Amino acid sequence: MPEGVGTLHELRAALDAGETSSVEIVGQCLRRAEASQDTLNAFVGLRAEAALREAEESDTRRERGEVRSPIDGLPLAIKDNMVQTSEPAHCASRILEGFISPYTATAVEGLERSGAIVIGRTNMDEFAMGSSTEHSVNGPTRNPWDADRTPGGSSGGSAAAVAARIVPAALGSDTGGSIRQPASFCGVVGMKPTYGRVSRWGLVAFASSLDQIGAFAQTAADCAWIFEAIAGHDSRDSTSIPEPAPAYSGALSGDVSGLRIGLPKEYFVEDGVDAGILAAVRDSVAELERAGAKTVEVSLPHARYAVATYYAIANAEASSNLARFDGVRYGHRAVGAKGLTEMYCRTRSEGFGTEVKRRILLGTYFLSAGYYDAYYRKAQQVRTLVRRDFERAFEACDALITPTSPETAFRLGEKTSDPLTMYLSDIYTVSANLAGIPALSMPCGSVGGLPVGLQIFGSALDEATPLRIADAFQAITDHHTACPGDFA
Amino acid sequence: MSDISGEFEVVIGLEVHAHLRTESKLFSPAPIVYGAEPNHAVHPVCLALPGVLPVLNERAVELAIRASLAMGCEVHQRSIFARKNYFYPDLPKGYQISQYEEPLATGGWVDVPVEGAGGAAGKRRIRLTRIHMEEDAGKSIHDDAIAGSDSTLVDLNRAGVPLIEIVSEPDIRSAEEASAYLRAVRSILRFTDVSDADMEKGHLRCDVNVSLRLRGSTEYGTRTELKNLNSFRFIEDAANAEIERQAKTLRAGGRVQQCTLAYDPRSGRTSVLRLKEDADDYRYFPDPDLIPLLLSAKQIEQARSEIPELAEQRSERFQSEYDLSEYDAAQLTASSSIAEFFEAASKQHGAPKVVANWILRDVMQALNERELAIDDSLFSPDALARLIKMVDDGKTTVKSARGLIAELVESGGDPEELVAERGLAAVSDTGVIEQAVAEVLAANPESVELFRSGEGKVVNFLMGQVMQKTQGKADPAAVREILARELGK
Repeated sequence: MPEGVGTLHELRAALDAGETSSVEIVGQCLRRAEASQDTLNAFVGLRAEAALREAEESDTRRERGEVRSPIDGLPLAIKDNMVQTSEPAHCASRILEGFISPYTATAVEGLERSGAIVIGRTNMDEFAMGSSTEHSVNGPTRNPWDADRTPGGSSGGSAAAVAARIVPAALGSDTGGSIRQPASFCGVVGMKPTYGRVSRWGLVAFASSLDQIGAFAQTAADCAWIFEAIAGHDSRDSTSIPEPAPAYSGALSGDVSGLRIGLPKEYFVEDGVDAGILAAVRDSVAELERAGAKTVEVSLPHARYAVATYYAIANAEASSNLARFDGVRYGHRAVGAKGLTEMYCRTRSEGFGTEVKRRILLGTYFLSAGYYDAYYRKAQQVRTLVRRDFERAFEACDALITPTSPETAFRLGEKTSDPLTMYLSDIYTVSANLAGIPALSMPCGSVGGLPVGLQIFGSALDEATPLRIADAFQAITDHHTACPGDFA
Repeated sequence: MSDISGEFEVVIGLEVHAHLRTESKLFSPAPIVYGAEPNHAVHPVCLALPGVLPVLNERAVELAIRASLAMGCEVHQRSIFARKNYFYPDLPKGYQISQYEEPLATGGWVDVPVEGAGGAAGKRRIRLTRIHMEEDAGKSIHDDAIAGSDSTLVDLNRAGVPLIEIVSEPDIRSAEEASAYLRAVRSILRFTDVSDADMEKGHLRCDVNVSLRLRGSTEYGTRTELKNLNSFRFIEDAANAEIERQAKTLRAGGRVQQCTLAYDPRSGRTSVLRLKEDADDYRYFPDPDLIPLLLSAKQIEQARSEIPELAEQRSERFQSEYDLSEYDAAQLTASSSIAEFFEAASKQHGAPKVVANWILRDVMQALNERELAIDDSLFSPDALARLIKMVDDGKTTVKSARGLIAELVESGGDPEELVAERGLAAVSDTGVIEQAVAEVLAANPESVELFRSGEGKVVNFLMGQVMQKTQGKADPAAVREILARELGK
């Protein structure tokens, strides 16, 4: 297998020093992606020809001194739910078979404008519904640390590709933890910014009020570069934040002294979480305290309702968002149906997988006359309480730290027969989506040879603080440099 | 139809859908083009491609506010767009973006002219429940000739066109009143420039809710809904057919079933589309892709200041300001463009009643013959004023001027130049007129005799003869003067 790629920062330095070229780096990534595909199944498609052409263009720009950004010429992968002109975007679903997008997502445009090169599309749970990347028409993605285990989900392909050093960074989307949980399972940094910070234009919707595009990389500093390329106001997304995004790299001072870190007591209960994970997170907090950070206990009293609230809202929105996949205009259409109703029923029965159907049915039920008030409206009220919990907590601290997941990567097939257990793996992540606040996961140790993730919440609009804490932590520790043995 | 007035009271409420006059769609940058090739006035947003998002058209909001204020509604500073979920091939997203729990505007009214006792003009005030914004669906084409007998074609050009839905209270009491109400709504929409409100083009469509109750009863009967009526006549005919059907059912001791009906104009009958028992559950919920529509008090006041004078107010002003009859004033305010043409021409000419006569008689006729609106014509108010002035000044005759109106309506032009080119200048050369008078008098000695014996009216006959001789170009005042002088000799 070709050698693994370095971080964005390392690659940038090598390019600037004239030690390598974009064509070389992109070629290496493409070869490694192909070589690892049978083992990992991280990619659903590579754009080898286009990527190498773009790499040549980037090399020309660099020779002329016209480098557009720090990530110009550097390779990235994107999740299969972001559209790019002339490329398929199938969301790992049969229902979108044959669909080629005539337009490009704003976030992907941001990468293109920065000169970054999309080498391929990564596997995911169908329509981002799942926590294991097993619910995919392309088959499951495997965890680079242990091929019998899942990479987490739904952005499992992106997390696995970064962990296996196939690409230095990748885009994912996070509706209830779909970036942070796989980042945690795969031992990489994964961050979802504030809701509205990155435009959702061109992100195939799962749950519109929760979906947010974010990034995977080995380091917080690399994530900052990606956000500088993809964040900012977009008039094509009405929920986009009007303020310009800050210059994230500039916020990475390496200094956490005086920072107040809140530890929500509800996330540190012994019974729901692996003891090794709690210990790793506590050790890391102690490390930050030694670097000058202060800790304070806070409470998020409504956290226990977050999973139920999340599934009511996410499924209700999904049931409506996925109605457009009806076989009329694009994607899969059942053959030989007699009449409209049969065409709809068979198209959707054939096109969607079990988990997606389950969520559409649940969501439809939550919105139905007679149930709306008890489920959807109630869930929205609880959502407000969850948001207020965070607002109150952030009066006493600058960031919150929790475990990302109550467990390390679970085995393939372990939870597919029990959806409720699968849903509970989101228990520490969903509240950030309900509150719309930024959150990242970074590696902070290991249990039984598997990575452990530490989650940092920032207050609304403040991606900079979690990035700064993670960057400072990575400067004094080396958890993030651990690489899965097969991919070292 | 049979007279049901003694037994039952008719109760009707209307839901009127009106296209807003915007350049682009409600949530998509796609242009609005009537008559474009199918599926050409579209954009990824109206096709509901994966990943697209709606962005509200602010112009549509301005127009919706203006219409709401013109109908006396309270416009809310906060309103919410909701998704109405149902599956249909011409509904690309599988939901329509509409407003549900918190609409743009509530309350309001429309005054409808009605014929009172003995034909006296009166008006009835129809209250409104609400006005909300929503997007139109596309069109399904089931026509065998186009689609084939086992296919349906979908045209999404109309998908996403902005609409307002104007919901009335059940205040309407007859089929005729229902169509009069719709005419009044159309007039307001046109005067405010909110909508072209052309029923033939589908800019204006309406659903009619009909129920009957025993006269004197205060409770409403069970209602049925007539869907998607698109002409004034169909509305009256369909409502009357439904009133008749319900009366028959009730008289026979039956019960009206709540249902949705379609009206077939060819048979003049209504037929059940679906019963309300299997009513759709639209699973409305606030659209998470859109933020609440928040309006400042200033924005609403700005919109209020942009509402032009409506037809009814303008008609009243024309009567008092220009001393026009109620009938003439109503004619001249049938559309804002005619009203504006009249006012501009009057202002320049100075005699509104004279100008009104010219417009109502000659200009309207010329327009109607050509099926033109005054807006589509090249005829300017200035040209009309100058033409009438030429008649006043004896530079051309009424007859010549009337003959020019059709041409001015059709292709415009300068009245002075046209009169000159066509040789229609009034002949005021006394020599020519004297010559003609002498010839007429010589040819009609018996008339001259009659005049001298006291038959003064014979002058008109002689006038006519002289005018004929001069091909209508002689200045009538000059002819009258010379004729009187010659006859007096």
